[in-house]
Amino acid sequence: MTGSPAIVATDVARTYELDGVSVTALKAVSLTVEADDYLAIVGTSGSGKSTLMHLLGALDRPTSGTLLIGGRDVTTLDPGEMAKLRNETIGFVFQSFHLLARTTAQDNVALPLVYRGVPRRERRERAAAMLERVGLAHRAGHRPNQMTGGEQQRVAIARALVTGPSVLLADEPTGNLDSATGQAVLALLESLNSEGVAVVLVTHDKDVAARAHRQIRMRDGEIVPA
Amino acid sequence: MRISEAWRVAVDALRANRLRSILTMLGVVIGVAAVVALVAIGTGTKQQIESQVEGLGSNLLLVVPGRLEAGAAATASTMTLDDVDAVTRVVGDRSRVAVTVASGETVRAGSRSSFASMQGVLETTPTVFVRNLDRGRYFTRSDVSTGRRVAVLGSAVARQLFGDRDPIGRQITIGGVRFRVTGTFEPLGQSLGVDRDSEVHVPITAAQRLLGTDRIDGLAIRAPDRERIGALGDAVVAALVERHPDTDFSAVTQEQILGVLGDILGVLTGVLAAIAGISLLVGGVGVSNIMLVSVRERTKEIGLRKAVGARPRDIGVQFLLEAVLLTTIGGVLGMGLGITAALLVDRLSPVPAAVTWWALALAFGVSAAVGIIFGVVPAQRAGRLDPVVALRTE
Ligand SMILES: Nc1ncnc2c1ncn2[C@@H]1O[C@H](COP(=O)(O)OP(=O)(O)OP(=O)(O)O)[C@@H](O)[C@H]1O
Ligand SMILES: [Mg+2]
Repeated sequence: MTGSPAIVATDVARTYELDGVSVTALKAVSLTVEADDYLAIVGTSGSGKSTLMHLLGALDRPTSGTLLIGGRDVTTLDPGEMAKLRNETIGFVFQSFHLLARTTAQDNVALPLVYRGVPRRERRERAAAMLERVGLAHRAGHRPNQMTGGEQQRVAIARALVTGPSVLLADEPTGNLDSATGQAVLALLESLNSEGVAVVLVTHDKDVAARAHRQIRMRDGEIVPA
Repeated sequence: MRISEAWRVAVDALRANRLRSILTMLGVVIGVAAVVALVAIGTGTKQQIESQVEGLGSNLLLVVPGRLEAGAAATASTMTLDDVDAVTRVVGDRSRVAVTVASGETVRAGSRSSFASMQGVLETTPTVFVRNLDRGRYFTRSDVSTGRRVAVLGSAVARQLFGDRDPIGRQITIGGVRFRVTGTFEPLGQSLGVDRDSEVHVPITAAQRLLGTDRIDGLAIRAPDRERIGALGDAVVAALVERHPDTDFSAVTQEQILGVLGDILGVLTGVLAAIAGISLLVGGVGVSNIMLVSVRERTKEIGLRKAVGARPRDIGVQFLLEAVLLTTIGGVLGMGLGITAALLVDRLSPVPAAVTWWALALAFGVSAAVGIIFGVVPAQRAGRLDPVVALRTE
């Protein structure tokens, strides 16, 4: 599948100010995520992978450079508009799942639809369908602490998908899982990619990275030749 | 995000920390209860005094020497019965004019005694004021003109002196002078802090002889209608001033008395409510404090909600609703507690209390406002959290 790229980053930099000291986490990175991309980002700890992911997902704003997500220039958006952009085009999967503890799997999956103003009944239907898609229909009424890590991560993936995003960003999605469970989660991400969702994942695992269509390596806030 | 959704999230959050929510509410509950109960007592007192003033009779005009002004000293009366005749000519109807000279006296019957307020009055008193007889008769015009020593007893005096026996026709002494009882009053209770049931009415002429004076303390006129009451007051004052060029006289109506008393009690009620309001404020600070703790505890949740598309507004509204929910639930509970307290006070103590709708509406509105005012800062803080930082928090 081809078409206009999902994300285009041009010379984006991100500098943190900490007690008057500035830390440059990202130096002039340029990267294009195609609409059907399956991209792995690798690199040592502290090299700026998560920082880049936050930018690609419109969770954060570059200090300089231009960043187009779904054709929109993030640097011109206010926090409310960025939230809307995330809701409409991005799905996040985190290393530590980040599910709401007191909430059932179904309502966790439905959460992004709340902020889209989808009525409750439709939300529940769509969430149920998405749980089915990740093979967890039987877990709909369970809370996170009643599920295994692998199940929780699949709930998180269902949540990321429920809005029908064009890009799935996964920061070490298998980092907290054993390898068998990790394989299952990766298989799920790959099947989504084959359905036309761009997938960008960060990993420390060579084998995981090798499964992606392409890899980029980061060091000291820059993309370096792999 | 729909507002109904925000309510649901707020209710869930309060439920998740049930004990903490209840303790936080307690501050608001106590504050609102105090406001409702104290305003009820203020309102009840005001209503009671108003009904007592109105119970004196309608279209009353009270004439006293001196100026009725804040800070003016009471003026000793120089009026006599001759002045009453002049006033009666102005009014044109003796049955509308009442006069009094009062003195505290010991009243005895056999071995029993009672301290009473002796009121020297005209035979017109029961028609000018609302005074109903229980037994016997009031004295007559000829009793007044001849200065006969007859007396009508208040219900408390009658009970103290005669118990269950019929006092009519019996002898009593007032200040050592013998009087004969011709009637007793129905119980009337207190009005304006005076126990009306320990009065003893005697003809003013007899009272003046007993006291060795020809003064009268004041007079009251029942005007034929409300419209002419002002003009009548002016005419009466003019007639009196003509006879006493050196003295001022004032005529006041019930409305004027009510107005002054109402103002005083209104201020008093306001002060009580303000004092109670301070505890409501303290409750509000407690809400603010707990909301800040809640924002900190749920930083990660806030980050996640933002990551999946919550706008700063959505998060802010959610926390604001939580604060408002805390204070309005607390407000409703406080109203219940305040109403209960007011009813108990009214029932079990001599202090009257009246719960009014406006006081309840005000209490509810104020508690909601407290939630908004004290919820805004935590809500803004939550709304502005940077999602990346929030997600990273442990
Ligand atoms: N909020 C922040 N404030 C200050 N410095 C930060 C902040 N976030 C990240 N950094 C710094 O930016 C650099 C890049 O961090 P980043 O989290 O992107 O690394 P990473 O490649 O994801 O590492 P890891 O593999 O350990 O997750 C690090 O030096 C980090 O200390
Ligand atoms: Mg990282």
